[in-house]
Amino acid sequence: MAVANGKEAAQGLRIVAPPLVYAVLMLGVPLLTILAYSFFKDGYLTVVREFTLENYRAVWADPIFRTIMIRSLSVAAMVTLATVLLAFPVAYFLSFVVPPDRKALWIFLITIPFWTSYLIRVFLWKVILGFNGVINSGLKSLGVIDQPLSFLLYNTGSIVMTLAHAYAPFAILPIYVALEKIDRSLLEAGRDLGESRAMTFWRVTLPLAMPGVLAAVLIVFIPVIGDYVTPALIGGGKIPMVANMIQSQMLDQDNRPLGSALAVTAMLIVAVLAALFLALNRRFLRVRQ
Amino acid sequence: MRGGGLRAYAVLYLVFLYAPILLLPIFAFNAGTIIAFPLKGFTTDWFVQMWGNAALRKALANSLIIAFSSAVLATCLGIFAARASTRFSFAGKGAALGLIMLPLVMPEIIVSMSLLVVLLAIGVKLSVFTVILGHTLICMPYAVAIMTTAFSSLDKSLEEAAQDLGETKLSAFRLVILPLVMPGIISAMLMCFTVSLDEFIIAFFLAGNEPTLPTYIFSQLRFPKSIPVIMALGTILVLASIVLLGIAEYFRRRGVARTGAKDTGGFL
Repeated sequence: MAVANGKEAAQGLRIVAPPLVYAVLMLGVPLLTILAYSFFKDGYLTVVREFTLENYRAVWADPIFRTIMIRSLSVAAMVTLATVLLAFPVAYFLSFVVPPDRKALWIFLITIPFWTSYLIRVFLWKVILGFNGVINSGLKSLGVIDQPLSFLLYNTGSIVMTLAHAYAPFAILPIYVALEKIDRSLLEAGRDLGESRAMTFWRVTLPLAMPGVLAAVLIVFIPVIGDYVTPALIGGGKIPMVANMIQSQMLDQDNRPLGSALAVTAMLIVAVLAALFLALNRRFLRVRQ
Repeated sequence: MRGGGLRAYAVLYLVFLYAPILLLPIFAFNAGTIIAFPLKGFTTDWFVQMWGNAALRKALANSLIIAFSSAVLATCLGIFAARASTRFSFAGKGAALGLIMLPLVMPEIIVSMSLLVVLLAIGVKLSVFTVILGHTLICMPYAVAIMTTAFSSLDKSLEEAAQDLGETKLSAFRLVILPLVMPGIISAMLMCFTVSLDEFIIAFFLAGNEPTLPTYIFSQLRFPKSIPVIMALGTILVLASIVLLGIAEYFRRRGVARTGAKDTGGFL
């Protein structure tokens, strides 16, 4: 048996090798390069291979970085809260109300906007919220307003709105999967033992759905932190988030070491927050389905 | 009907999801040069202008080459990963698959910036080829996810029966497994094609001077007079995505039906 397992393991490794080597070359090596660069010195148009912590010192001492990081985190937090709260009832509806043969259709309908061009969806919000945009011109032609409303675009609120719309379907799927796994007899048991519908939801359904909710939070929070397009278009370039700052250091300022240190620091902050978040919700992850 | 309130909410939610996209065809056929109400009348001028635009045709050609190449490459690599994950157990399997799936949750700015730094450091000229490298990486997790579903619904005894009847491992795979997972392969390719066609960040940073459809759109957003053409282009892109996904979904369902598994619905 041990021999057979050894042979199987070798075969498995051989088969996983092509995609693994590709991922190592195209993702693993580049990430390690960024990590190495973040400890190098910046020469003019080159990178000086001498160890230094100066980049990290510069990043942590920079008030602009602090402002932008806090802005990115708070935008991501607001977007996550909005998407997860709005998505939960839809996931619940999908799992508990829609008949099994219609579920695939509903999921297909919900995921289609997610697969269509992200850039176009973001740009459409600019068209909707703009000074001469759909909302302003619509309200004007209805006679509701005389002057266009200028507070719609180019602020943090419109960035949150756009991102919440763009990431909406991300939150539904993990919650739906968690709800699908719940043993329906547990809910009946709750009702039989005299709990009301609301209490059964609160004490049985919600705790069992928590792993899905936690997954949804991370799956929205992490990409939103790194969003580049929305601050560039909807923020008008005046409200940068951390992705815009990394890009500007790397390319416009051509300071690769500092840009790398920014990227590594941002990734570390997100990783620590994610770990902290999971640790705080540890008890929900131990739930046996 | 059960769950009346929830159903109404879900329908409203769908309307909210689709509302911005519905603006595309409205303004693509609107005669006015600015995107605003009231509408000015029907026209197909923007589509005609779009077709006559040489830069746009170049971007389209690039996008199609990139999407096709990345779809084929990512699906081939995805087949290996999914096969290893469903059929074999070995040390470090979790870590290996974790790294392969990582681009799915990694912000694209990090993926593109780190890849760009390496490519520039070793002196690779940015072109359509470098975009294909990046897109293959980010499409691979989607292909792995779809192929894993396809492989895991297979009965292992089919393959063993073929080998008992004298086929080699390779020919058993080619004659028995491959036809059964073919719908999954087509579905994965279409999905990767769509992801690559719509991808912006990696194309923006890794393409050098070569335009793709999304980067062309981005470059035109600054000019108010080209917005109606962008609305027409957007209409066609979204339609193409929906058609491709519809076909992908059809094949995914056929694959599930072919292996006799229960359809649980959805891509992820």
